[in-house]
Amino acid sequence: MVCANVTKLHSKLFDLYMRFTQFIFLLNIFIFFSCKPHNLHPYKIEGQQITINDSLKTNTEIDNFIKPYRDHVVKDLDSILAYSAHTYSKSEGDFNTAIGNFMADAVYDQAYPVFKARTGKDIDMVILNHGGIRSIISKGNITTRTAFELMPFENTLVVVALKGTQIDSLISYLCKTKKAHPISKLKLSMDKDFNVIDASIKDKKIDDSKTYYVTTNDYLYNGGDNMTFFKPNDSVYDLNYKIRNVLIDYFKKVDTISPVIDDRFIQIKK
Amino acid sequence: MKRRHFIQQTSAGTALITLGGLSLSSFTTASEIKKITILHTNDVHSHIDPFGPEDGRNANKGGVARRASLIESIRKENPNTLLLDAGDIFQGTPYFNYYGGELEFKLMSMLKYDAATIGNHDFDNGIDGLFTQLPHATFEFISANYDFSNTIMDSHVKPYKTFNKNGIKIGVFGLGIELEGLVDPLLRKETKYLDPIEIAQDMTRILKTNEKCDLIICLSHLGYNYKNETTKISDLKLAEATKDIDLIIGGHTHTFLKKPTIVKNKDGNNILVNQVGCYGINLGKIDFYFDSAKNKVANGTSIIV
Repeated sequence: MVCANVTKLHSKLFDLYMRFTQFIFLLNIFIFFSCKPHNLHPYKIEGQQITINDSLKTNTEIDNFIKPYRDHVVKDLDSILAYSAHTYSKSEGDFNTAIGNFMADAVYDQAYPVFKARTGKDIDMVILNHGGIRSIISKGNITTRTAFELMPFENTLVVVALKGTQIDSLISYLCKTKKAHPISKLKLSMDKDFNVIDASIKDKKIDDSKTYYVTTNDYLYNGGDNMTFFKPNDSVYDLNYKIRNVLIDYFKKVDTISPVIDDRFIQIKK
Repeated sequence: MKRRHFIQQTSAGTALITLGGLSLSSFTTASEIKKITILHTNDVHSHIDPFGPEDGRNANKGGVARRASLIESIRKENPNTLLLDAGDIFQGTPYFNYYGGELEFKLMSMLKYDAATIGNHDFDNGIDGLFTQLPHATFEFISANYDFSNTIMDSHVKPYKTFNKNGIKIGVFGLGIELEGLVDPLLRKETKYLDPIEIAQDMTRILKTNEKCDLIICLSHLGYNYKNETTKISDLKLAEATKDIDLIIGGHTHTFLKKPTIVKNKDGNNILVNQVGCYGINLGKIDFYFDSAKNKVANGTSIIV
């Protein structure tokens, strides 16, 4: 009985409340329409930034949803593509490094048939930048992750048609920066004062009037690392081939890599 | 005209802007305080998993599953919450290389994002790559200054969107960065970039006058500020050159701010510009309080950041 009465009372109060809120609602509408339409303004604004860290709970529904994707990515990144005979680092070597030589030669090997098929032309040489080698290659298994670590960026290959005279600018850039920028098919020696002694492409002297097809990446082509010698040029071809994919494709092709420091860019001190 | 005064409380490390003018409340009807919470991220760049403990700068930070629980608890506290992203959802971890953005969009949908704008990296798999992933997004893409009419994205991106939360109408419009020199023409195809200031002026007029929004938010991927490029449009410049925007949520420059920046707009009113770094390390939270009675004479706003 008491319960019923209370319920009754509740429903009466609720009824009254509803009428009251309806009244307020109508009043609001009345005010709204009687005045000219009015945008509301906030009277107070509070701003803060919350750091996402390990003090927050992990939402298990979300985490379980990610899991199959994560497992697949991890498994694929860890899938073994090739084997590295030693550990290679870009700091080992003066003007050419084993890891840089590997990268430039891999780019040549992968890009050459693509460019030939599309244009009928031959790639003459490759130049990349020392800073673009983003990690070491460790002795042992090479995985897809290795390629992501070596090349986390999305840079793609371009082939630039340069006159022999521009190749001279490219060479003076290499001598001036005194860095082991990765090169392939170009051979260069300097004296103790960093002057060119000898320069050749595919074992031939550089011909000022000849057009050379130089492969590099889009970042360097656009002046990255102060490589300003790519422009102006006769023509440029975008291969739409990411450097990371070049590495993955190359690793899949070979069983073991064992690059060495060689004589492609050296200084002869006499 | 609203007058807003600015008092810096340096000792507390916070800024308080308080209202000027008198409170000549002629209505004494019961007032209801309404709170609108705006949550935002930018430049998450496919960072789905938290950074590992060995990561130098961001060790143990970030992670979508943690962000989800934070957002959930904020929504529980205030259901009148909007969740927005200022672009560059794509690119940065192998998740993007393997799934092309599918997982990013699916997770943002599970987190119930309300809208996102388009960053330059969202073109990284081309405009077709972005289009392909759209079915995985339950939230809308908004961009007012990219004209997609000659592209596959035509009609899939709206200039603005309005939301009604507890009787408060919120208008959100999107702005994107100049694509020339940033996004390969092969990727962006015939996407046209339109002047952000002109478009922002159009948008605020539409949202204020036609749509009668109480709150106007610009979701921008223009970048916070460019110190060495004085002519380049940025969020700070946009804030100064426009009126009627209450909040600019920015991206692109991966700017970590200690607190939202207060900028005087064209009308001399203070507005907020915020950005929360990148990679899902932070979540921005801006609370707007409305009072139906006070508002009738409201001529000031206190901003606490």
